[in-house]
Amino acid sequence: MTTMTAGAVYGEGSFLASSGRTGLLAWILSTDHKRIGILYLVSMLTFFLVGMTIGVLMRLEQLTIGPTIMQPQTYNAMFTLHGVIMIFLFVIPGLPASMGNFFLPILIGAKDVAFPRLNLISWYLFIGGAVLAVLSMFTGSGPPDTGWTFYAPYSIRTGTNVSLAVFAAFVLGFSSILTGINFVTTIHRLRAPGMTWHRMPLFPWSLYATGWIQILATPIISITLLLVIVERVFGIGVFDPAKGGDPILYQHLFWIYSHPAVYVMILPAMGAVSEIIPTFAHRTIFGYRAIAYSSIAIAALGSLVWAHHMFTSGMSEFANMIFSLLTFLVAIPSAIKVFNWVATLYKGSIDLQPPMLYALTFIFLFCIGGLTGVMQGALALNVHLHDTYFIVGHFHYVMFGGTGIAFFAALLYWFPKMSGKMYNRRVANVAWFPIFIGFNMLYFTMLTLGFEGMPRRYYDHLPQFHAGHVVATVGSWFLVAGILMLLGNFVVALFKGEKAETNPWGGITLEWTVPSPPPTENFEEVPSITHGPYEFNPVAGR
Amino acid sequence: MSSTVTHEAAVHRDYGGAKIGMWLFLFTEIVLFGGLFILYSAYRTKYPHEFHAAGQELNYIIGVINTVVLLTSSLSMALSITAVQKGRQRLATWLVGLTVILGALFLVNKYVEWSAKIHHGLYPNGPELLKLPPGEGLFLGLYFTMTGLHGLHVVAGMIVLSIMLVLLAKQRVHQDDYVKLENAGLYWHLVDVIWIFLLPLFYLAA
Repeated sequence: MTTMTAGAVYGEGSFLASSGRTGLLAWILSTDHKRIGILYLVSMLTFFLVGMTIGVLMRLEQLTIGPTIMQPQTYNAMFTLHGVIMIFLFVIPGLPASMGNFFLPILIGAKDVAFPRLNLISWYLFIGGAVLAVLSMFTGSGPPDTGWTFYAPYSIRTGTNVSLAVFAAFVLGFSSILTGINFVTTIHRLRAPGMTWHRMPLFPWSLYATGWIQILATPIISITLLLVIVERVFGIGVFDPAKGGDPILYQHLFWIYSHPAVYVMILPAMGAVSEIIPTFAHRTIFGYRAIAYSSIAIAALGSLVWAHHMFTSGMSEFANMIFSLLTFLVAIPSAIKVFNWVATLYKGSIDLQPPMLYALTFIFLFCIGGLTGVMQGALALNVHLHDTYFIVGHFHYVMFGGTGIAFFAALLYWFPKMSGKMYNRRVANVAWFPIFIGFNMLYFTMLTLGFEGMPRRYYDHLPQFHAGHVVATVGSWFLVAGILMLLGNFVVALFKGEKAETNPWGGITLEWTVPSPPPTENFEEVPSITHGPYEFNPVAGR
Repeated sequence: MSSTVTHEAAVHRDYGGAKIGMWLFLFTEIVLFGGLFILYSAYRTKYPHEFHAAGQELNYIIGVINTVVLLTSSLSMALSITAVQKGRQRLATWLVGLTVILGALFLVNKYVEWSAKIHHGLYPNGPELLKLPPGEGLFLGLYFTMTGLHGLHVVAGMIVLSIMLVLLAKQRVHQDDYVKLENAGLYWHLVDVIWIFLLPLFYLAA
């Protein structure tokens, strides 16, 4: 990274060039939202690669029947770590902390977020939590083996290092809360003159909804995780049936946060896609207000559906029916977004550049993920599908096919702006083929395996599932090859890429009006906004 | 460039922004305790008689004294902000100091109360507590958890207010810029409000 501070390469005034300090300190002590965004991006991608490696090893274990490369206890630790790393260190901070930090102030015409120092603190908390999570693997009595859900009473009783892992998640939650507070305040206070709520681009809208979920849902997981530690250390008994406690209450508290958390993961991805599609369709987005308000609707409804993770846990039939109904309802605002994206394409002048290719892939994969989710909302089917590979497949379609691919799309879209360098577009297009093919081989197979009855988190499988497991494992190799190609392309571009133009894609939101990379203060003059964000022909507009 | 920089965040202090940020943070604190209140109500519904019986273990006199102490501290906190607004820096410093002392008094009371319980073996996994019916054990477990977490917040509030004392002494908080003190006050009032809910739920449960 130290090579990136050279002023000669990026021109005077660029945020990459101008800083009092040099070397690593110029980054880890900077309160510039753009530098913090890149700190998040680099650290998150590192964790992503670790999580991906663990995932590949788990797939490798399933290549043959019986022990392949690891012992059952190692496998238990692997799926726990894969979940903890991917959820808490990659997808939850995901788009908001990296792209959101970098682009939220620019998109609303501000110089920075509302609380720049708090922003840096939240990165330190993020790294602190990550270090604790890594420590929990190597210290104490072995890595946690509970799964990322830390369900009681097992998480209270297991001898493995659950307390430290849970505390790591607590610290990461605090980091997430601070980011949420920062973004909501920024959007309320720092919009440029003329940037009314309805002239705000859709990525900030999605970050606004996300911020509220982070603020109002995360503390619930904080207290729940603290209670797990208190239970393990003092044994107060709130989740211990032997002492009159009820483990189902743990599940309730856990999902009261963790279901809204999946919207923390997906909403910013939807926001990024809403930026990309109008740019490459060269026309204004269809149903701007519907997309903006559906983000809020998802945030609100998504907070009321948590118990659909618990249909088989023994809740009352009445509660099951209510939560099933609410689950169906939350599909509506998601579908509104999909229809609006597709309607935006209609009669657009579509330019299939790499960001657009990945954004369209997002829509396709997210539809599969969303519709399989609706299937599970049906009570009768849920009993059959609960805790099978179908859940794993569905979750990866939404979180990886949705958030992950949208993350790649956003990176392809904004990388030239962030780094000032253009990547090789052909390589990015070629990498799409192994990613798309491998992804569907891996996760669609999981959907079918789950439908046939393959349970999740099992170390081994029966012979009738063997063919499916082989297909999925081979798919994981394609997928990883594609991802490495895609990410490697960015690294090469950093060193050898051509200089990026100010506006390589023909976008009309504010980030395309400032140089690539943007100057430290973002704008020479505070922009004055006179029309909506996607009016490609402002004269014809309002 | 200096002539063009007129942006609110870069140059001016943003009073409204600071208040919004603080209120959002207070929401997270309320939800944090909310999780425990949910547990309390679930178990109270499940074990109404045990909760009633276990409530008699608590001395409501100490609870009420602590309530008076905390409410008085909220008063001195609110007065200190008015004092700063009127430019009476010294008075404000004294009032914040009084608030910290009252917070300490609250914790001393709490210490006396807890140590008596622990002395009687009434602590989680303690010999006497394990003899009680499950519901009563849960009541006392929740009592220790919730008043403990509240106590930690009192300590945090005292640390914040001590920092305010330093800022007041260094004139970093003064008549024209007092939002930090105001936000510290908001936090202190929140700690107070949570106690107002803990008092009836535990001390008056009998």
